Amino acid sequence: MREMTVNGVAIDDTFAEAFDMRATALVITAPSARWAAQAAQTMTGFATSVIGCGCEAALESVRSPQETPDGRPGVRVLMFAVSTAELQRQLQNRVGQCVLTSPGSACYAGIDAGDDKLKLGDAIRFFGDGWQIAKRLGPRRYWRIPVMDGEFVCESTTYLTKKAVGGGNLIIMGESPAKTLAASEAAAQAMRKVADVIMPFPGGIARSGSKVGSKYKGAIASTNDRYCPTLKGAVDSDLSPEIGSVLEIVIDGLTSDAVANAMRAGLAAIVEMGPEKGALRVGAGNYGGKLGRHHYHLKDLIP
Amino acid sequence: MSALIFSPRAAPAQRLDLSPLIPQNLAGRSAAEIASLELQTTRVRVTAGDAFRIRMGDPGAIVIEGGAERFDRVGAGMSSGSIRVEGDVGVEAGRRMSGGQLTICGDAGPFAGSGMKGGALDIEGDAGERLGAPLSGETVGMSGGVLHVRGDAGERAGDRLRRGFILIEGGAGAYAGSRMIAGTLAIGGEAEELPGYLMGRGTIMLGRGATLLSPTFGDCGEYELVAARLLAGYVAQASAKLADLFRRPLTRLAGDLAALGKGEILIPRA
Repeated sequence: MREMTVNGVAIDDTFAEAFDMRATALVITAPSARWAAQAAQTMTGFATSVIGCGCEAALESVRSPQETPDGRPGVRVLMFAVSTAELQRQLQNRVGQCVLTSPGSACYAGIDAGDDKLKLGDAIRFFGDGWQIAKRLGPRRYWRIPVMDGEFVCESTTYLTKKAVGGGNLIIMGESPAKTLAASEAAAQAMRKVADVIMPFPGGIARSGSKVGSKYKGAIASTNDRYCPTLKGAVDSDLSPEIGSVLEIVIDGLTSDAVANAMRAGLAAIVEMGPEKGALRVGAGNYGGKLGRHHYHLKDLIP
Repeated sequence: MSALIFSPRAAPAQRLDLSPLIPQNLAGRSAAEIASLELQTTRVRVTAGDAFRIRMGDPGAIVIEGGAERFDRVGAGMSSGSIRVEGDVGVEAGRRMSGGQLTICGDAGPFAGSGMKGGALDIEGDAGERLGAPLSGETVGMSGGVLHVRGDAGERAGDRLRRGFILIEGGAGAYAGSRMIAGTLAIGGEAEELPGYLMGRGTIMLGRGATLLSPTFGDCGEYELVAARLLAGYVAQASAKLADLFRRPLTRLAGDLAALGKGEILIPRA
């Protein structure tokens, strides 16, 4: 594989392969920014990968009181799944168990247009046991559900986009775990400033990149041995001797452009940090280009 | 293009039905055709040309230069465009309107906005009895849109309201929001006796309470509701004064418990 070098960081001539996804967005508000974030974190805590969690979800941005429907502090959450039915199921389960239950919360649609609608309050309202109240304000309709600290206000529906993309990624390779993590954190931080994307793994960063398939029956994915540094001498490794640690950032976006923008921002942050403090090399994960419709070539994203 | 203007020639000799003079009915008509539209409500024929001097303009923006208590059904059935009446109107202004903007610069008679389904009706003076209410035999009153009265409203404002907003900046007569099905009725001033009489669902804001509240409303306590913040934001588009009421701590009275009982009266802290 040919490489380019920018500011001492080697960049593989490869591409990230990403897939079409269904996605939606919510705005969650609360009496304080802390409790808005708490509701969002609880709702998206177990939502790193569609493989085991049913959806990929995370907090996208913090919203000031001026930017929320009810004038309270809030956050925006994005949620991705492989089908409309699964997205609907995950949405109502997670809002019902994690947002409805969070003190003082309210929940609104986080995108104003899309290809279809998902039930939000329309699915949760039955918790009101007949005491729920609907209010239509212009084009929007809200449910008021009596709960023990007052009322849970929840917009009736939110939109669904079919133009979402899941699986944009950067593979960050460094000399040591500490340096690789430093570069990855800088990249994740830069990506968080990009609108309409989330990095669903812990803190935005995954350490257990996977390959398709396994030697064991029934496992659809297993550890990416070609990128495990401790197997460098045992397998047909993709790692050169100086690489001691590898991390991956996975990016889901409401649009393909948003994913590209996030990858560009992350790459810029890694390159700016340089190899002394951060990464020696950056690559990207793909499946030969045959599975996913979206290809993000690193050479097009170099700062 | 300037507005299509109707200038009254004299005080009308009989009640006139102005419902033909709405944008969707005048579009594409010539001045002669508009002048020949019949407006009488008795056996004496009165055409638009008899009652008004007509200055042609955009039929989507109609102005009636001057009002009269005998101008009935102004803007009834309108679905788009705007009508502005520079004076008073009679009964059923904006009845069953579904869109557009109807502005009455003076007072409106009974049944203003009766059964309206959409659009905006703005009455800068007072409104008569049964604002937004159904006529005899109809089961549902106003079902959409925003009805805004700057002055006072008569008895039974919002009778059988089903959806939409009735915003009264002044006071309201007895039985405001009677038999409400749902929707929102806000009264800035004091309401006379028994607001929300037999209401099933919906919200009534009483800015200064009522002379007599029905004992069939149950006091649920005082709250700062998130839903009231949303209502405030929406109401503020029409009336900053009424929006402010929703931003205060609100006493919630559930009722009418003599009927379905899923409605509410909200009274702001003074």
